[in-house]
Amino acid sequence: MTAGRKSSSPNSSWAGFALVAPALLVIVIFFVGPMLLSIASAFQDKSGTWTLANFDKSLELYLGDLGYTAIITIAATLAIGVVSVAIGGYLTLGRNPRAQTVLRWLYRWPLFIPFIVAGQVMRTFLAKNGLLNQLLIGSGILEPLTAQSYLDWRGIVLAFVWKQTPFVALMVAGAMASIEPAHIEAARNLGAGRMRILGEIILPQIRRTLMVGLVLSYVTILSVLSVPLMINPNSPTMMTVDVAYRINAHGDYGVANALCLVSLALASLGAWFYLRQGVARKGVE
Amino acid sequence: MSAIAVPQPLQDAASGRTRRIGLIVLRAALLGLLAFIIFGPLLNLLLWAFAERWYFPNKLPSQYGFTFWARVFDPRGNAMASLLTSVGIAITTVIVCLAFAVPAGLALGRLQLRWRAAIMLAFLLPNAFPNLPVYVNIARVFYELRLAGTVAGVVLVHAAHGLVLAVWITAAAFASVDKSLEEAARNLGASAWRCFLTITLPLAAPGIIAGAIFVFLESLDEFTGTYFVGVPDVITLPLLMFNASMGGNYQIASITALLLLVPSIGFMLLVERFLKPNVMAMVGR
Repeated sequence: MTAGRKSSSPNSSWAGFALVAPALLVIVIFFVGPMLLSIASAFQDKSGTWTLANFDKSLELYLGDLGYTAIITIAATLAIGVVSVAIGGYLTLGRNPRAQTVLRWLYRWPLFIPFIVAGQVMRTFLAKNGLLNQLLIGSGILEPLTAQSYLDWRGIVLAFVWKQTPFVALMVAGAMASIEPAHIEAARNLGAGRMRILGEIILPQIRRTLMVGLVLSYVTILSVLSVPLMINPNSPTMMTVDVAYRINAHGDYGVANALCLVSLALASLGAWFYLRQGVARKGVE
Repeated sequence: MSAIAVPQPLQDAASGRTRRIGLIVLRAALLGLLAFIIFGPLLNLLLWAFAERWYFPNKLPSQYGFTFWARVFDPRGNAMASLLTSVGIAITTVIVCLAFAVPAGLALGRLQLRWRAAIMLAFLLPNAFPNLPVYVNIARVFYELRLAGTVAGVVLVHAAHGLVLAVWITAAAFASVDKSLEEAARNLGASAWRCFLTITLPLAAPGIIAGAIFVFLESLDEFTGTYFVGVPDVITLPLLMFNASMGGNYQIASITALLLLVPSIGFMLLVERFLKPNVMAMVGR
């Protein structure tokens, strides 16, 4: 009956490829092509001669921003990891069902909020007369005269953590919920505290999920333009903003693409870290 | 030491109670802080949306009103034109995207393709790299092809980006359709085409609709691609919001941001209806 569906039938295989081919072609034209163009352009000057000058100029002008980008990206990724594990951990191990219900309802809100809106929202929240300062002044932590705006690296980190944590927390909480309850029960019966159960029983089992979520977030933070552009467009800033500036102000595709390649290298670092974890895990098994 | 010796168990109970109350206060404070961090920025946006006047030393707007709402919703205003552009682009993007994603999803979800894992990976790759270089260089090519600054150019960029997610979700939707129903239809004499139209497609429809909504929202919220490819003529809602915010017009920016928030949050509340667990379980299989 299903002879037409078997892969051994050349007809069905060709039909399958015919169905996939147009979509694959779109990926090749709109992702692979521009990516190759970017790499080629990074090594060419305006007349098309091969050169490394773009990288010299990039490092000379934007070395500081490279460090700034790396620090923001790593700090935000780590913070996302810590908060996500805390949320997932409380949802799994908390003793108060009502607090768990509130938390479950609460933490997802920023999930589908677009980055550009997150940027605008934070621009108002972190400004000098924003609500954050008003809370700090109102609770006596801050003097009204020393109030300042947080629209610098702190704002960028906070915006990314705010926007990206729900996504990772959702993955982490899902993974934690699917852990065999007997493992947690056994540890509890042996007298392990909740922190210890989280660190020694739960975390090792969800490490892969957490890593996938964090690597995706890390790459996202490296490539989102709107958040740094809205929160802190002036130097020092993130490299995405520098790329936009090179193109809009100078039409300088060479340096822009060299900068893209450098942040691609930063992104690959994340992927490499992830793959190494995967390999290490396979080695253990 | 007090003169009246309190029996040990009673003392324990009392200190246990203070500890419990302390824990409850701590829990409530942490949840309250989290609620402030999540909703504070949104509340701040709401304040700006209704503020007529709000200068620095003032904690809250000195005057509220709807002047800026009238300006945004003026049928001849920029904002309504941008809304129309955005919705038009998003709908076209969904149509283009589904035209490519449904056949590909059918092949990847249903047929036993050779190199299926590699093909699925190819559809994941665009999300694993920073997409800034892609947009920058597409914009450059589109400029040569006279597609820069046109709606068609923006739709192409959005559709290519949306395809990644659409293929994965439609593949999962088709994979979750029970094969025995199709076989029953074929046994009763239905043609392959009729079986697809009356059995497979309707059963996969909720998942495909979920994919379509994702693509629609992604297009509606997309900033970076439009920023590079759409300039200077195509001004979608996110670009209008960005321009207003950078120009210091926080009211217009905040109202526009609210317009963009409504579909995102509405979708968050709806997503579970369309993205059923049996489809979710098939994502990435």
